[in-house]
Amino acid sequence: MMRTLYSPLFWLVACLVSLPAQAAMEIQVFGGAANKIAVAMVPFQTAVGQPAPALTQIAGDDLARSGQFKLVDASGAEQPIDPSQVHYNVWRAKGADAMVVGQVIALPGGRFDVRFRLLDVVKQTQLAGFSYNIASGQWRATAHQIADVIYEKLTGEKGAFGSRIAYVQKQGRRYELRVADADGQNPRTVVRSNESVISPSFSPDGRRLAYVSFEDKKPVVYVQSLADGSRRKVAAFKGSNSAPAWSPDGARLAVVLTRDEASQIYLINADGSGLTRLTQGGNLDTEPVFSPDGQHLYFSSDRGGSPQVYRVSVNGGEAKRITFDGGYNVSPALSPDGKLLAYISRDGGRFRVALQDLSNGQTRVLTDSARDESPSFSPNGQSVLYATVQGGRGVLGTVSLDGRTRARLSESGIDAREPDWGP
Amino acid sequence: MKKLLWLTLIPLVLSGCGTTSGTPAAVEDRTSGSSGATTGASTATASSTTTGSGAETTGLQGAGVSGSALDGKALDGSGGSFSGDARKNPASPLSKRSIFFDYDSFVVKDEYRSVLEAHAGYLLAKRDAKVIVQGNTDERGSREYNLALGQKRAEAVRKALAVLGVGDAQLEAVSFGEEKLRNEAETDDAHAENRRADVVYADE
Repeated sequence: MMRTLYSPLFWLVACLVSLPAQAAMEIQVFGGAANKIAVAMVPFQTAVGQPAPALTQIAGDDLARSGQFKLVDASGAEQPIDPSQVHYNVWRAKGADAMVVGQVIALPGGRFDVRFRLLDVVKQTQLAGFSYNIASGQWRATAHQIADVIYEKLTGEKGAFGSRIAYVQKQGRRYELRVADADGQNPRTVVRSNESVISPSFSPDGRRLAYVSFEDKKPVVYVQSLADGSRRKVAAFKGSNSAPAWSPDGARLAVVLTRDEASQIYLINADGSGLTRLTQGGNLDTEPVFSPDGQHLYFSSDRGGSPQVYRVSVNGGEAKRITFDGGYNVSPALSPDGKLLAYISRDGGRFRVALQDLSNGQTRVLTDSARDESPSFSPNGQSVLYATVQGGRGVLGTVSLDGRTRARLSESGIDAREPDWGP
Repeated sequence: MKKLLWLTLIPLVLSGCGTTSGTPAAVEDRTSGSSGATTGASTATASSTTTGSGAETTGLQGAGVSGSALDGKALDGSGGSFSGDARKNPASPLSKRSIFFDYDSFVVKDEYRSVLEAHAGYLLAKRDAKVIVQGNTDERGSREYNLALGQKRAEAVRKALAVLGVGDAQLEAVSFGEEKLRNEAETDDAHAENRRADVVYADE
C-alpha cells in the first residue's frame, strides 16, 4: 500500500485530479432577459477536503442553463452562512430576487454535512432549508439536488438537474455508450465497441437502456441493465433491427425491422417475446416514439413523398400527418405531457431543432445551428437535449423551449452524438 | 488501489489525447440540384469489410472494472489463405464488393452487372456461403432515417442477386446507414463514396 502511494503514477494522478475542471460550460443567451429570476449563489463556507468546482458553481450552472434564471454576481460581497447574517438591502441593490447561502462541515469518517438555505430577498424570508450528510463521491449529486430544490421553489415546476443522459462517444474507431449527469459531467461508460452504437433510449424507470449495436455486422436491438451491465438481444431478426422506443409502462418496445419488407414499425415485449407488426405497406417508417398515454406512436415516414412525422394508434389503422412545413421533418420527440413535439427540420440545407404545439400546430425553430440531430425532452419538459456539430465534431446541447437559452454540455476534445435524456 | 488509480487515469488520458478527424462544417441541401454529383467513385476499391468486433458492457454499480463479458462474438478472419480464395483475387470481379449509387437513388446501375453476376455465380456454386449486403448513406440527416434509406440500397442489391438465382437463405440485406462512412469529408466526392452497398461474406 505504501509502495503504491509513493509510485510516480500516484503523483501523476493526484496532480491531474487537483486541476480545476477544464470543462467550462458554455451557456449562450439570446434575446432579452425578460422574466428571468435573479438568484445570488453565495459561495458556501467550505471544509478541508472539498473538491472544486464548488457546489454553488455546479448548481448555478444548472439554473443558468435552464434559461429561467440569471445569476447575480456574488463576488466581493459578504458571505453569510446564516439568514441572521444577511443584509438584504445589499443583495436587493445587486438586483437579486432570491439568494442561496450555506456551508460545508467536514465530519468524521470522510463524510460531509452540507447545509443550505434559499432566501426570498424581497420578502426577507426563508423559502427552503436543507441539510445533507454526504459521502465524498456525492458532491455533484448534492449540487444538482440543491439546484432542483431552488428550481421547484422558485418556478413551481419540478427540477430535472438530478436526472441523467445517455449518449455515444466516438474516439478514433472506438465507440462508447455513456451515462452522465444531466449537465454532461460524471460520465460512465456502459458499453464499449469497435462498431457503432446508436439510438440509446432510457426505460421509463431509468434502470435499463435500449440501444442499437452494429457489432454483429448488422444493426441489432439490445436492452441492457444499468445496474450490472447484463444485456439481451431483444430484436435480432433477419435484416436490420433499430430505433427502439419504450412504452410508458416499460413493458414493450416499438422497434423498426426489415424482416418482412422495407423498414416497418413493430411492437415487441421488453424480453423479446410477442412480436406484432404495427405499420403496413412498403413505405419507409422509422423513429417511433410513444405518446405519454401509451395510445399513439409518432414516427417518421416517406409515405407522402418526403420525410415527415406521422401519428398512428398503437392498435394500427390510418396514420395522421403531423408536420407540413418543409421537405424533411424527422426524429420526433414528445414532451412528458404529450402537448409538444420536438423534431429535426431541414430548411435551406440546415438541420435544426423545431418545436410544434400539437394543440394548434404552431411551429417554431429553437436552434440556429446546421447539423442538429436526436432531440429529447428533459423529464420536466422544460428543455430539449440534442446533438449538433461544432468545429467539426459532435457536441451535445440543451435549449430552452423559447429557444433563447442554449448550452453546450460536452467537454472539449470528445466527439459525442445520439443523446437521450432519461429520468 | 492500483486498479482504482488506473480507473481514474484512463479517462483523463483518453480525454487528453482526443483526436478528432476534423470535417469542415459546410452543409449542402439535398434538394438543391446536386443530383448530378459525381458518382464516379472508383469501383476498383479493394474489399472493405469489417474487422473484428464484439462489445463489452459495464454496470454502473461497484468499481466497474470488470465489465461482464457478454455474448458479443469475436469474429475472427478464419484465416482463409489469400492465394486460395477466389473472392480475394484482385483480378476477379469477386474482389469488388461495393456497389455505388447516385444521389438520392436506390437503383443498381448497369455497370455493376458483371460484379453481381460473379457473386451470384460464387453463391450458386457454393450453397453454404452466405452474404450480408450492407447498405450505406452519406452522413447528412438523421441516423435512424439514414439507416432506413441504406436498407433500400441493400435491398436493391439483394433483389438483383435473387434475380440471378441466388436463394433467399444465402442472402441478408441490412443497413449501416451513416455508421460506416468510407470518406468523412463533406464534399460531393466523399458523399458519393459513402452512398453504396457492400457485399460482405459471412465467413470473412
